[in-house]
Amino acid sequence: MLTFETGLRILRRAAAALLLGVVVAFANLTPAAAQQPANDAALMEALKGTLSGRVSIPDEKSGLLQQPRGREWREMREGPVKSFGGWLLVAVVVGLCAFFAWRGRVRVEGGLSGRTIERFSPTERFTHWLTAVSFIVLGLSGLNMSFGRRLILPLIGPDAFAGLTEIGKWSHDYLSFAFVLGVFLMAVIWLRHNFFNALDAQWFKDGGGILKKGVHPPSSKFNAGQKILFWAVMLGALVQAVSGYMLMFPFYFADMAGMQLSLLVHAVSGILFVALILAHIYIGTLGMEGAFDAMGTGQVDVNWAREHHSLWAKEELGGARAHGDD
Amino acid sequence: MARMKFLLDSDRCIECNACVTACKNENEVPWGINRRRVVTLNDGAKGEKSISMACMHCEDAPCMAVCPVDCFYRTDDGVVLHSKDLCIGCGYCFYACPFGAPQYPQVGNFGSRGKMDKCTFCSGGPEDDNTKAEYDKYGANRLAEGKLPLCAEFCSTRSLLAGDGDVIAQIYKDRVARRGYGSGAWGWSTAYKGGTGA
Repeated sequence: MLTFETGLRILRRAAAALLLGVVVAFANLTPAAAQQPANDAALMEALKGTLSGRVSIPDEKSGLLQQPRGREWREMREGPVKSFGGWLLVAVVVGLCAFFAWRGRVRVEGGLSGRTIERFSPTERFTHWLTAVSFIVLGLSGLNMSFGRRLILPLIGPDAFAGLTEIGKWSHDYLSFAFVLGVFLMAVIWLRHNFFNALDAQWFKDGGGILKKGVHPPSSKFNAGQKILFWAVMLGALVQAVSGYMLMFPFYFADMAGMQLSLLVHAVSGILFVALILAHIYIGTLGMEGAFDAMGTGQVDVNWAREHHSLWAKEELGGARAHGDD
Repeated sequence: MARMKFLLDSDRCIECNACVTACKNENEVPWGINRRRVVTLNDGAKGEKSISMACMHCEDAPCMAVCPVDCFYRTDDGVVLHSKDLCIGCGYCFYACPFGAPQYPQVGNFGSRGKMDKCTFCSGGPEDDNTKAEYDKYGANRLAEGKLPLCAEFCSTRSLLAGDGDVIAQIYKDRVARRGYGSGAWGWSTAYKGGTGA
């Protein structure tokens, strides 16, 4: 039953609500600018995203008053690119160490025969090392641009580090041409050996033959893993060259958004490239007995050739005699 | 210690470019470099606004964060400066800066941009105050002489304010309260946490 007391209470609440409403209404009537005098949100709103205008100086690019995308670029670079990229490289190195500890060095099971055949001609080796040496310099100087500030700067101090990084930057710019030339020659020389065929299915089924002793899937000059490496290098080099030359000729081919994207693409693809080549270096040196000779002297042991590239060895040894045959 | 800031009252800027000229002259800025520029938005249309823009000396400066050689530093006055001896001219600060402040003396093909140059809030660089070496690389060090940046000193309409952030924010707030409108201090919400903090 509605008493006088409850009625009074309801009335009091209604009055309080009314008062609150008036206060809120008044607050809303006050100009927004007066509430937040130095907040440029209202100005941004009024300009409807027009952040570019006219300047009276010759540099028309400077008409871009503000580019909020810069902050996103910074967050991408300083955030995921550096953290995921950095940890990926650490993971690859740790993974390779773990694999080495578990599998050990892949030995030539039949033992070294002492007889060798030529695996790579001087032209092939020149092409490989032209690409490899320039890649190592490009990779180190590139990683330095992202991680040197944290890893090397504290060790050698700002002056030495800035000097080193400047040398790195110049080397990075100029050696890119050697690298691109190397990859181009590689494409010319090795393309015909790198088309996938039915044989490669066996290689995949056997896990590349690297997981267990005594497993040697038949392979021609290049096995499926090497073919994957070949195509990854082609793709990686293309992406690095396109994004890299955009950066080397700033604003010639791209606007601000294009430049920022190029740098991110260049960094991400560069880190992936380095991760891939770390694995390549491992298997070509520490990971497999006799593998380095292929690119070192160009001569590989016949038993090595028969185990790892059986079809190629059969083809090569079919007519010609191996070095050391008497 | 004061926290130095620029504040541009876009309702007052008449695009006279005196700030640009004052800056270039005071700091002997090389050809092709503009530490400060006046941009006119919606030119000739309703809602036209002119804004004088230079380095805002951000609280959490993007240039400082992305620099591969860590050549930036912040003075006790909150001014963001850099060392041209350490700068390698990579251009990353330009990609990160929301205000287009970093400038380069050359076009920059093959990474030959040269050392980055930007507004120093008229407070020189890492060299000793008001030495020739400092002037040659960074221009004037008016702050060391107890003066404020010349661009703001030259502004005939007092549109561009330079000085202690709290003081100039208060001046602007009083202005807005008196005239009844104000479209905001350009760039403050980007450069400083919480806009004015006032």
